[in-house]
Amino acid sequence: MNPLLKVEDLVSYIGLYTILQGVSVEINQGEAVALLGRNGAGKTTLLKTIMGLVDTRSGLIKLDGESLVGKPTYGIAKLGIGYVPEDYGVFDQLTVEENIKIAMWKEDKPTLEKRDYVLDLFPDLKMAYKRLAKTLSGGQRQMLSISRALVNENKIILIDEPSKGLAPVIIERLAQALKEISKTTTILLVEQNFALACAVAERYYMIDEGKTVDDGTIEELKQNTELQRKHLGVI
Amino acid sequence: MDIFVTLLINGLAEGALIFLMASGLSIILGLMGVVNFTHGTLFLWGGYIFVWIFTFTNSFILGVLGAIIIVFALGAFFEKFFVSRVYGNVPAQILITLGLQVIFTDLVRLFWGATPITVARPSYLAGTWTIGGVTIVQYRIFLIVVGLLIALGIHKLLSKTKIGMVIRAGVQRPDMVQALGINIKLYFTLVFAAGAALAGLGGALYAPLVGSISSTAGLHNQVLAFIVVVIGGMGSFIGSAAGSLFLGLMGAAVAWYAPSLAVVANVTLMALVLAFKPDGLFGLAVKK
Repeated sequence: MNPLLKVEDLVSYIGLYTILQGVSVEINQGEAVALLGRNGAGKTTLLKTIMGLVDTRSGLIKLDGESLVGKPTYGIAKLGIGYVPEDYGVFDQLTVEENIKIAMWKEDKPTLEKRDYVLDLFPDLKMAYKRLAKTLSGGQRQMLSISRALVNENKIILIDEPSKGLAPVIIERLAQALKEISKTTTILLVEQNFALACAVAERYYMIDEGKTVDDGTIEELKQNTELQRKHLGVI
Repeated sequence: MDIFVTLLINGLAEGALIFLMASGLSIILGLMGVVNFTHGTLFLWGGYIFVWIFTFTNSFILGVLGAIIIVFALGAFFEKFFVSRVYGNVPAQILITLGLQVIFTDLVRLFWGATPITVARPSYLAGTWTIGGVTIVQYRIFLIVVGLLIALGIHKLLSKTKIGMVIRAGVQRPDMVQALGINIKLYFTLVFAAGAALAGLGGALYAPLVGSISSTAGLHNQVLAFIVVVIGGMGSFIGSAAGSLFLGLMGAAVAWYAPSLAVVANVTLMALVLAFKPDGLFGLAVKK
């Protein structure tokens, strides 16, 4: 089976600095995969490079067999990738409704059903529907960002550190929502919170100093305390 | 009281003209991060094209429409072939837009000559009304109405349409707009050309107000528009409207009570805003 998203020997740079120095990742349709590693390992840069927000120097990125390298960000998104950045990327001056509407490519029945689905998934957003996004809490902003990635028929969504800066009780709710989403959507999740990654993902890739250093199932990683200590500092 | 009403009308009319320049400039700066020094030239071209068409056809409406359409096309040309190549590079933007300003201002002199061209107001807007002893110039009321209609139109566009949503979102996070599958570059071209068209409209309406058009008119009005953008805050439509109104009213008052301070007053106001509120009175937090 061909992977849905394939990244091979990816090298990318920001300014004069090479951040990714040979990352390889494969994600199959329907999977939830966690991208783990310490701060500064290159996880966020990998997502940005996939989205075309950071330039690729060499290597390949393919979605459903189609190369993404050199394509503009909007073109990559249109191919079916939803992106949830670590700073949420919410438009503060727009209402919740407008933030969702701007992400909808169509206003047909399936898209409107998707919108209703995300509003049911995150009732907070339904209650704050007419409010400006700048009035939302951190957790609500995260929910809004994830909702935008879900309203279209995306093949995969890339989620960058959804638990960052959120209270434990909110992280718990988020984990439940992501678990629910993973039943119908392929997910590539960057996460420092090991518990959240374990709750959502089935497989993982470990990134260190811009390279893929390990991969396997989450169950295997749970048993491997040495790897957790070395790359995640969780023990 | 008579003077107060006259100054109010003069100030509002002047504010409406400045607003036509400043609103486009502000959104171009806010959305695209482009410091656009071609705006004065686009204003100038609007004025000359209007005078040219008006002289030939004797139709005020055709002259204004022609100015809007041609300057819109000129704006799209500037963006597509010059400005789009220097996004994110402010020094290059300043140099390239200043270069275009010099070239296209000289082209105006080449086509229409260096001496000012006189133009009359259309007969149906050339009169005055006298109400309670106050003489009201019809053309100034017309400018106020046009400014108001344009402001309402832009407000409606920005607040009620998807185009407006994208522009408002793009001012704050252009990268994220792209990541949602929207080709922001198309909007860049559209906004730049629309901003140019507004400047063109400003130039077209300015010429009959002062009774002539000369090749220095663009630069003078561009400076006023930049002051408004600084006062109002870049990317803020409300800021442009409020700043234009304030500058127009202040300009009319200063011109009456202390004409020698006309330029100083504008620049002092700008300096005060920069010193105490560098983002402008209605500025948005912009993340590029």
